[in-house]
Amino acid sequence: MPVITMREALNSAMREEMRRDPSVFLLGEEVAEYQGAYKITQGLFQEFGEWRVRDTPIAEEAIAGVAVGAAFVGMRPIAEMMTFNFSLLALDQIVNHAAKYRYMSGGQIRCPMVMRGPSGAAAQVAAQHSQAFESWFVHIPGLVVVMPSTPKDAKGLLKSAIRDDNPVIFMENEVLYNLKGEVPEAEYTIPLGLGDVKRAGKDVTIVAWSRSVQYALQAAELLAKDGVEAELVDPRTLRPLDEDVIFESVRKTNRCVVVEEGWRYAGFGAEIADRVQRECFDELDAPVIRVTAADVPMPYSKMLEKAFLPQPERVVEAVRQVLYR
Amino acid sequence: MITRVVLAKLSPTMEEGTIVKWSKQEGDVVKVGDVLAEIETDKANMEMEALGAGVLRKLLVPAGGKAPVGALIGVIADAGEDIAPTLAEAAKAAAAAPAPAPPAPAPVASAAPASPAPTAAAAPRAPIAAAPPAPPPAAAASGRVKASPLARAIASRSNVPLAAVAGSGPGGRIVKRDVEGYIASPAPARSAPAAARPAAPVPTVVAGTALPLSSMRRTIAKRLSESAFTAPHFYVTVEIEMDAAVSLREQLLRAEEVKVSFNDLVVKACAKALTRFPTVNASWTGETIQTHAEVHIGVAVSVPDGLITPVVRNADQKHVVDIAAEIKDLAARARDKKLKPEEFMGSTFTISNLGMFDVTEFTAIINPPESCILAVGAVRKQPVVKNDQLAVGHRMKVTLSSDHRVVDGALAAQFLAEVRRLLENPASLLL
Repeated sequence: MPVITMREALNSAMREEMRRDPSVFLLGEEVAEYQGAYKITQGLFQEFGEWRVRDTPIAEEAIAGVAVGAAFVGMRPIAEMMTFNFSLLALDQIVNHAAKYRYMSGGQIRCPMVMRGPSGAAAQVAAQHSQAFESWFVHIPGLVVVMPSTPKDAKGLLKSAIRDDNPVIFMENEVLYNLKGEVPEAEYTIPLGLGDVKRAGKDVTIVAWSRSVQYALQAAELLAKDGVEAELVDPRTLRPLDEDVIFESVRKTNRCVVVEEGWRYAGFGAEIADRVQRECFDELDAPVIRVTAADVPMPYSKMLEKAFLPQPERVVEAVRQVLYR
Repeated sequence: MITRVVLAKLSPTMEEGTIVKWSKQEGDVVKVGDVLAEIETDKANMEMEALGAGVLRKLLVPAGGKAPVGALIGVIADAGEDIAPTLAEAAKAAAAAPAPAPPAPAPVASAAPASPAPTAAAAPRAPIAAAPPAPPPAAAASGRVKASPLARAIASRSNVPLAAVAGSGPGGRIVKRDVEGYIASPAPARSAPAAARPAAPVPTVVAGTALPLSSMRRTIAKRLSESAFTAPHFYVTVEIEMDAAVSLREQLLRAEEVKVSFNDLVVKACAKALTRFPTVNASWTGETIQTHAEVHIGVAVSVPDGLITPVVRNADQKHVVDIAAEIKDLAARARDKKLKPEEFMGSTFTISNLGMFDVTEFTAIINPPESCILAVGAVRKQPVVKNDQLAVGHRMKVTLSSDHRVVDGALAAQFLAEVRRLLENPASLLL
């Protein structure tokens, strides 16, 4: 199986879908001639031309509005946000239009669009450019929220997102763009709403998605040295959530730690903790513990940035807490 | 964040501990898992670990000092954090802590015999042996045992009494490994429910070892020593002709398929006799002799780590068949440690029967605050003299231990005569 980067995986997902379906088109800031601020759209302008790969003004609400309108009339737009920090400008289009029309029109109008781009912290891009916003979008009925953690998942899930008839918020991670992994050569998709066990174990369940999967994997390696076998569950799609894969694991291990890069306060991990305590109450040997970002704006300082983010050591500490050791 | 350092329950029977030494001093930075202190429990010296990180701000009990399980002995907090409220709360809790062994409240019933009011006078009294070991004060204060949901589920499935399990989690929380450890341990404190009462259980004790005291064992030691050393005991033994009782038992079994034991008949006979001798159904209070309006018979049941006396309430008013069924149920649940406190408290007279071990006769120590206990031997086939001829008959010896402060020899003899009369004419017991 070829080993490629997540950047290449995302690129090939869009390329394949644009070849397969002429209603798929791409718009965003610098996606065409510059081939993407993070080079996710490399070569697409050259292959598909200016009508299907559109540069836009620096106006996120306009990008989202065009995408929503195009989707309403049957196109399948992929709107790139240079980062999700800027998607705040487009929230009205996403929340009040993309997420609502299918419901308000009694199913007559669909919004088969994808809004994609990096979310979360990168490296020293400070308070305004380091935010993990999944907790904002999962709150909205009518949206699908996807956050892949590997190149294979990224490609399979993006293809499913493009084909889905609902608006999909597809959140990538800048730090993961260079992450390499095996990706099948043959055509494949991964269904939305299906979680995955990234590492099997019997002692504790760690739930993590996107970049947090990396923290969790490193933590699992550290724990393995001490004879603790952590099971790592990646929901991949946060809305709708594959809670069964989480429950099944927790019922086996009796313990659950949730790792997320977002803030603790009303973060998505709280949703998981809530469901686990309710559905696995009699199987829990310890409270569900969350490892999150610190409850402050992201500092610019490199050391403070590290302290702000969930680190493998903090995951290990949380696991020890639920193991009572 | 403030972490209250409480004396952990480091053994199942631990009620208090001595701080042998503090491994950390006030002002030391501690992290989770650091050894804070060495604690002497009722079993051994053990290390107690920190359950929270921060600065060890305050030590409340000096090295060499004692504290009850669950007591606050230190405070871990961040450097500048205000710990005054935690300390104040601890001081308040210590002041409000109950005395370790409250004296048994004296019943206040008047001596109206066979009062129809069923529960009027049954002031609860400490049982001969408290079934569950006392939970640590922290748990007692909130009235619950802290256990993880999983630990509860496993304990419930495995019939493990959570109160008997020592919790190793934060704040003494009982977690999965504690319950599993309890189940796996060969503690004499537990055993599978005995199927039948038959052969003497052979205790699996390694000779030459010191056995730790269970809470039940401590209670037995304390209460029965107190009884033996304060109540002047005397003993009266009678031999009872049991031929009619043997025959009655066989008739009930054959004709009605009802199984009634000799002990059930003894319970009923004593209950009936007690209604005629209220002074035997009485307690010494120091100032008065308190007679009891109701007859509640305690039946001593041997359990793996001691004995307990479930109570047949108002036994004088119950049919012997119902008494039989009730004792069977109570004894089974006593062995499973599933009796509710009200089921082993409040007896006014106790019967102890070693007949199943083929004991001829023995003496028993009074179960305070009662005044008498009847020790029942086996029904034995033996040569007897009938009409100046040697014959084969069934005989049973019973010995009444009495508190001479309450009961005199003549009264004991009269009471036993009535018991004997009833057992020798057992049809009266069916009325």
